[in-house]
Amino acid sequence: MMEGLSRTAARNIFFGGSLFFFVIFVALTAHSHWYIVTQSTDHAGLTDSVKHGKAVWEEHSCINCHTLLGEGAYFAPELGNVWVRYGGLDSPEGARAGIKAWMQIQPTGIPGRRQMPNFNLTDAELDALVDFFEWMSRINTQGWPPNVAG
Amino acid sequence: MKYQTQRVAYPFFVMAMALFAAQVIFGVMAGLVYVMPEFLSEAMPFHIMRMSHTNLLIVWLLIGFFGATYYLLPEETENEIHSPTLAYVQLGIFVFAGAAALIGYQFGIHEGRHYLEQPVWVKVLLTISFLMFLYNASFTVLKGRKTAISLVLLLGLWLAAIFWLFAFYTPANISLDKMYWWYIVHIWVEGVWELIMASLLAFLLIKMTGVDREVIEKWLYVIVGLALFTGLLGTGHHYYWIGTPSYWQPIGSFFSALEVLPFFAMVVFAFYMFWRGQRNHPNRAAILWTLGCAVMAFFGAGVWGFMHTLSFINFYTHGTQTTAAHGHLAFFGAYVMLNLAIISYAMPHLRGMQPYNQVLNMWSFWIMTSAMAFMTFALTFAGVVQTHLQRVMGMNFMEVQEQLHLFYVFRLGAGIAVVIGVILFLYAIFGPVRSQVSASAAHAPANP
Repeated sequence: MMEGLSRTAARNIFFGGSLFFFVIFVALTAHSHWYIVTQSTDHAGLTDSVKHGKAVWEEHSCINCHTLLGEGAYFAPELGNVWVRYGGLDSPEGARAGIKAWMQIQPTGIPGRRQMPNFNLTDAELDALVDFFEWMSRINTQGWPPNVAG
Repeated sequence: MKYQTQRVAYPFFVMAMALFAAQVIFGVMAGLVYVMPEFLSEAMPFHIMRMSHTNLLIVWLLIGFFGATYYLLPEETENEIHSPTLAYVQLGIFVFAGAAALIGYQFGIHEGRHYLEQPVWVKVLLTISFLMFLYNASFTVLKGRKTAISLVLLLGLWLAAIFWLFAFYTPANISLDKMYWWYIVHIWVEGVWELIMASLLAFLLIKMTGVDREVIEKWLYVIVGLALFTGLLGTGHHYYWIGTPSYWQPIGSFFSALEVLPFFAMVVFAFYMFWRGQRNHPNRAAILWTLGCAVMAFFGAGVWGFMHTLSFINFYTHGTQTTAAHGHLAFFGAYVMLNLAIISYAMPHLRGMQPYNQVLNMWSFWIMTSAMAFMTFALTFAGVVQTHLQRVMGMNFMEVQEQLHLFYVFRLGAGIAVVIGVILFLYAIFGPVRSQVSASAAHAPANP
């Protein structure tokens, strides 16, 4: 097999081709960076509270149970659209109160149900986390998820 | 063992296997939580088990790659390792950093991006150790014979270290965060790690089939070419739904569908070389792991990856158990089996004996591999049911999960079987030698 191809030719194709595709990849991600900052996300609206909310999200490694835009651990519900699922589009106050209350009553202790730890977040941390979810719900995700269940 | 410093690989293999054992134990514990949700829910919540499971995997695979490199380089370069002392120090730092991270996790000390949960100072130590390794390996190559295998291997390792640096960059904008996170995660496992995989396979094939280096190295370049031509733009299959532009849907679909090609080429490569080779190598277990690695990587990474990579399918399957199914078989087939193949091949040389405990080793192959396949089937069915109920019917996540209970029981059973396979492997490799292939049989020609 491949008698017509020499080792040197194969090597040159590998290096040349890889460099070619790498340059295209970097150029497209550079454009995507620009697109994210200017088009698909509210980059200007990244308030201190949203940033704090992301830090709270990371501090407790929520991603190792939940998913966020479909990426994470599949053990617990998607949270990229949790703001929408709690009715945040119609009633922002209701959604905020609902999400905060849900966090505070954990763990539910219901037998046979997955238990979420109580992370003892302060009210400010909870508000920041909700701001992060709200900000996130406005990202243009090309229509994903297919429905509100996430 | 032709070169004294190949012995450096031994402690790397021991540490890698110890962490492998810990990894599968955390895996079974996490699998148990899916079936019995109250299990350790206070003492060790699920997210701690999961980050322990995934981090141990990555750390031990890397230690295995380091060990394999130290084993292979003297034979490829025809000289000794530049500095064995540096290698031991580097291993010590890496293991210390990994262990510190693991212990910290149990006390809730971690960061928040998956697979990158290590505290910053641990990341810094891992980087320092990695750079010491690259220095040592690069100087070994510079001093000696330069082969395509050592060149591609070093390139893969250098690129892995360079892309790892994105771990230190955490943008506040979650879409940017995710986009650059994939620079590490995707480009590692579906890009530059394939360079490591293909070059290690090529080394094993040269040693065990006796086929001409010229032929094997030509195949190597073709395979790694296919890997990067498809894998770089294939990153686009992670850029469908995270706020990135819509052109990633056709680009990501097209190139990631082609990511099957390098894995298919590796299957053809491995089988064709054994068919062509005249040597009847006595280490049957290492041959089995080598061929098994190519086959299972093709199914796990190639076929199971293709299954949900097209954007119009991924729209429904994204973030379900389908991904978990693919992730498990891909890592096992491509990188776990590769390490086990290298270790099965190298250990008789490192222990100074003929291939030993072959039957036990092959039992561990069949138990581990069939259990991982069963686990993958269980998770795939779970993923299909979940996709339908949740993404098509719109049922609530937790209600859907209740419907998946049976599959999670199957997965747990498969996980326990994997642990048994791992124990057998460790016993076959490190345990007392109960049977050796006789030296005369080892040197008999294949086709007299």
